[in-house]
Amino acid sequence: METMNFLLQGFAVALTPEHLMFAAIGAMLGTLIGALPGLGPANGVAILIPLAFSLGLSPAASMIMLTSVYAGAMYGGRISSILLNIPGDEPAMMTTLDGYPMAVKGKAAEALAISAIASFIGSLLATIGLIILAPILARFALHFGPAEYFALFSLAFATLGGVTGKNQVKTVVAAALGLMISTVGVDITTGNQRYTYNILELYEGVDFIIAIVGLFAVSELLFFIERHISEGAASATLNKLNLKMSDILHILPTSLRGSVLGFISGVLPGAGASLGSFISYSLEKRIVGAKGYFGEGDPRGVAAPEAGNNAAANGALVPMLTLGVPGSGTTAVLLAMLISLNVQPGPMLFTQNAELVWGVIAALLVGNLMLLVLNIPMVGVFVKLLSIPPKYLMPVVTLIAAVGIYSISNSALDLYFMVGFGLMGYLLRKLEVPLVPVILGMLLGPEMERSLRHALTISDGDWSILFSSGLSIGIWSVAILGLALPYILGPLLRRRMENARARMEVEEEAD
Amino acid sequence: MQRSVRKLLLATSLVFATSQSFAFEPAKSAECIAPANPGGGWDFTCRSVGKILSDLHYIDGNVQTVNMPGAGGGVAYAHTVSKREGDTALLVAASTATTTRLAQGQFVGMNADQVRWVGALGADYGVIAVAKDSPYKNLNELMEALKNDPQSVKFGGGSAAGGWDHLKVLIAAKAAGVGNLPKIKYLAFNGGGEAITQVVGGHIQGFTGDVSEVLGFVESGDLRVLAVLSDERLPGQYADMPTAKEQGIEAIAPNWRGFYLPAGVPDDAFDWWTKTIDGVYESDNWKQVMQQNGLMPFHKSGPDFTAFVQQQVKDIRDLSTEIGLIK
Repeated sequence: METMNFLLQGFAVALTPEHLMFAAIGAMLGTLIGALPGLGPANGVAILIPLAFSLGLSPAASMIMLTSVYAGAMYGGRISSILLNIPGDEPAMMTTLDGYPMAVKGKAAEALAISAIASFIGSLLATIGLIILAPILARFALHFGPAEYFALFSLAFATLGGVTGKNQVKTVVAAALGLMISTVGVDITTGNQRYTYNILELYEGVDFIIAIVGLFAVSELLFFIERHISEGAASATLNKLNLKMSDILHILPTSLRGSVLGFISGVLPGAGASLGSFISYSLEKRIVGAKGYFGEGDPRGVAAPEAGNNAAANGALVPMLTLGVPGSGTTAVLLAMLISLNVQPGPMLFTQNAELVWGVIAALLVGNLMLLVLNIPMVGVFVKLLSIPPKYLMPVVTLIAAVGIYSISNSALDLYFMVGFGLMGYLLRKLEVPLVPVILGMLLGPEMERSLRHALTISDGDWSILFSSGLSIGIWSVAILGLALPYILGPLLRRRMENARARMEVEEEAD
Repeated sequence: MQRSVRKLLLATSLVFATSQSFAFEPAKSAECIAPANPGGGWDFTCRSVGKILSDLHYIDGNVQTVNMPGAGGGVAYAHTVSKREGDTALLVAASTATTTRLAQGQFVGMNADQVRWVGALGADYGVIAVAKDSPYKNLNELMEALKNDPQSVKFGGGSAAGGWDHLKVLIAAKAAGVGNLPKIKYLAFNGGGEAITQVVGGHIQGFTGDVSEVLGFVESGDLRVLAVLSDERLPGQYADMPTAKEQGIEAIAPNWRGFYLPAGVPDDAFDWWTKTIDGVYESDNWKQVMQQNGLMPFHKSGPDFTAFVQQQVKDIRDLSTEIGLIK
């Protein structure tokens, strides 16, 4: 009942004209970013953070806009998967399996509509899950002392690569890089300076917002310059939508199953949306069995991964809001944004910043409705936008990034840092080192270090405090599992994902 | 002979100064540097005072707030010292955090005499609190426990080790006669809220911070305030919180909010700003801002404020030396 009251208050925040407008802008830009191949939700949010700063938005408005971008990107990813057979982002990869065959059969509009409905169901159920689970978890989170937090941060690092991660060593390198950068600045446990060389600008460390924008947005520009891409993707055509009620009912059970699985994999740290869509698709294929025609344009094969990845995206907000530990790359970026807005995520967020949190949650529900509208009747607009040549798009992105970063602190040094991180991001991507662990390292490194030192201060230097509660032992076990699983399950899962895609491509050529 | 020449010089310069005080006209617009990102306390000081300055027509145009984060105010301090000397249209927001860092030499190569401290218009007072189920019912019980074993109560606060939140505990402990101050354990968190969470969760025993940070938790019953570090009880919803003083412990720790001007600002301009700050403090607009934002009465300006800042810097330096933070 209390939750319902908070939610109603949240709607009062989310339904103000200003916030509705920012939710709409976010949903729109998010869908567009998701649809453009290569730009995932983490990049999308990273690129738009400067926009929030240069507009001077309030914390609530910024978070509403950015979470709408996040939700929108999860919707948008499917558009190019279905129309062009190019996943707009990684979680949308599974959608190509049945989405593109449907488009080939002249059912692109139906595929887009079905996947939008599945996305809507996934998002809706996961938001409800978030509403129920988050306050409970927030109350429980009071049991987390420094020792438990240290275990939890270790867990986040252990599962960094994700179950399907390719090169664990490169992930570790990236995380270590982030950790190293995070040691610059004042060490608040002792008040001493580390690696600042008496340069005042370095005293508070390297701002992770600048690192995020540089690594993601500026490196994107450098790649663009290198590839000389000047024309947009091949324009796709869309047939007239012919969707019956029975088609929707047909995919309903699939969407429900996908949502539940997606939500669970979203809540678990490190697993994220890609796993959500993969598990949902695989399970659906098994349940339906021979009755389906998966891989040849079965609508259920479009609905399952889309419900899964949208549900996972909202599920990942649960640990981010309640514990301050992000469950995925995009939530890490959102977490960074919350911290720079002087809002401290964690157990007390739900009581101390109730208006903001519930406003954002209510905005998720409202934004989800907007996205459904944007993605069925208006999907044609995005299809057209897909063919915008990047030569117009990228300069705008860079301009927004530069103006936004400068407006945070009016310091030209920040711009140099942004460009520096852009170059670093470019190099890392060339070496196929993932960028998200760098950000997580920067973000979680100081917290993890402090938790360890606090735990040891409390215990007067006795290391056994780290394993002294049932809770911490439980978290350590999951962390060890997270480290071991990729070596056992990873190759297996990856082979299956690749097989499924390869098989489809072979069949396509055979057509 | 020598002396009379000097007297003459002094007299003429005084005449010159007074004649200028009639001549000084405030700039059409002014700038207020908030040495932090938008959303923090300094940002709030700049924006709210800036608005009142133009609303009450002390400044005809706008007062532009410029955020200049870095080094806990050090970047803005260095900027003011090196680039803005004599600028009469510039205010820089400051607080006890600024004097603490100056006292501990954290703004390398700079000290508190390099700017002109013009005034403070409100304060947030220090507070020492425990969880609702804590065995300590008042400040004396807590201090007794510290006297027996300085490590028996571990404190958490939102500033770095040696920062103002840490010093509040030490100020109170010193006033209560606790020996061995360096042995008292302090855990530094990113913000007061994070530290409170750990106290409420029972992982650490004491919270040290500002009174505005605890209000929500006192109302929800999670925290019990043992002492407010103010001269007398605070008004309004804070009236139930006992002061340290009434429990026999002379510990006062205001986190004031105010401004400094660049060095080299002529005296007439300094006087104008002093009177202006006085005017703002007396205005109904400011009283409303104070009430809405939980700011407590605290006002010093001009030479009074400069003397206060010098004393605070000295006190903090002495205390920091005593606990071994600085040499």
